[in-house]
Amino acid sequence: MTAALVRTLGDFDLAEELVQESLLEALEHWPKDGIPQRPGAWLLITARRKGLDRLRREARYREKLALLEGDLMSDDTAEGDDRLRLIFTCCHPALPRDAQVALTLRAVAGLTTTEIARAFITNEATIAQRIVRAKRKIVEANIPYRVPNESEMADRVGEVLSVLYLMFNEGYLATTGARASRRDLAEDAAWLAGLMVRLMPKEAEAIGLLALMRLHLARSDARFDAAGNLVLLQEQDRRRWDQERISSALALLRRAGELRQPGPYQLQAAIAACHAESPSWEGTDWQQIVALYDALVDLTPSPVIRLNRAIARRYLNGPAIALEEVNDLEWALDNYYLFHATRAELLRDLGRTAEADLAVRRALRLTTNPAEQALLRKRLS
Amino acid sequence: MKYVLLFTGTKEGERAWETMPEAQRNGAMAQVDNWFQKHASKVRGGFQLQPERTATTVRFNNGKPVVTDGPFIEGKESIGGYAEVDVADLDEAIAMAKEWPTLGPVEVRPVVDRGEAQR
Repeated sequence: MTAALVRTLGDFDLAEELVQESLLEALEHWPKDGIPQRPGAWLLITARRKGLDRLRREARYREKLALLEGDLMSDDTAEGDDRLRLIFTCCHPALPRDAQVALTLRAVAGLTTTEIARAFITNEATIAQRIVRAKRKIVEANIPYRVPNESEMADRVGEVLSVLYLMFNEGYLATTGARASRRDLAEDAAWLAGLMVRLMPKEAEAIGLLALMRLHLARSDARFDAAGNLVLLQEQDRRRWDQERISSALALLRRAGELRQPGPYQLQAAIAACHAESPSWEGTDWQQIVALYDALVDLTPSPVIRLNRAIARRYLNGPAIALEEVNDLEWALDNYYLFHATRAELLRDLGRTAEADLAVRRALRLTTNPAEQALLRKRLS
Repeated sequence: MKYVLLFTGTKEGERAWETMPEAQRNGAMAQVDNWFQKHASKVRGGFQLQPERTATTVRFNNGKPVVTDGPFIEGKESIGGYAEVDVADLDEAIAMAKEWPTLGPVEVRPVVDRGEAQR
């Protein structure tokens, strides 16, 4: 069905979206009006009608749309409201995080249970059970199907964005050699973030998160070599970065900035933008990056963010100062492989090879990701 | 829809409560009273409980009741009181719990609805 619409509209994203909207409409009407005789045809006709409406509505805005890639077209239609209610219900803080993720993928992004299970490399029964339990809690505890009121809005938007960010990282970081067999959760998460931005165009952090995701996705082709090995940022071929995605992300970031509600996603996106805009690793503006990390640490003083700041410090202030900062984080990050991998790099810079090897070995024991393990092994002297 | 809010506190909190100067304890009590007053239209009942050391548990060993001293489960937190509330949905119950003036966690549990007739 999506394919049929793609042929009509020539736009895959739009077609997918229209199918989703039609399904939503079906969910709303069929229980009341009964299932039509030919449900497939009903859906297709509904989706086509929506497509034509959309094209007509958007014709006038095409020029603006080209600039903004449709991101900031607010969707204040009835379907938009319904989807927003659905998102907030799926990401309700009274549900466990893994259920929020599964439910959002199932109900909002329209993935099947099989697809979700494959994305998380787990079995279908586990995912199905998560969804069933979550639905049961929604009913039994009477979690309302509504858009939160103003006093709860900030918290609840934060919750939705956390769910999408976790989903994105699951797809983006869990990078094994066998990527093709996994559904690209990162793309799904970015699609959902784009939806959030359309539905809530004044939420600067939602825009920031979408920008952050796009900046990462712009580099995704360059992150692996032909053999499927992970390639670090400093060694990536920057010509392979997707410039279109980068410029759309930069436009988003500017738009978010104009709303004057700074937040951690915007700052992280700004850091990613520094890298994206730099013509080379050597040309990186470390001063700016460290300043952005300082602001980020002020907002969210997490040890992982401080570790990242220390990595940036290495290039601005040298390995000795960076190592001092990293060592300060041992209490919190002793079981985090990147803590030891970073220490190893800094120790090697300082000529402390034996200690560096020890740290690499420690890091190796703490990660199960084959691409990361391969990268670490290369660093053993 | 009815929910029970279970107010919990830690042992340290309980001890602090008992050793606190009276003026301070009165101040804390006043905050709790304010909470009950503010939400009076939704609160159907509730009590503060005596400290955990007053608890007695009746267990059933193979169906035979055995009386022991102490709470049914030893933990860092214990139940210090509860309120029965009647609100529209979970969000409203959560909003009330968020305003609870002490620091202990508040557990929000929907009650089983068997219809008013059986009550």
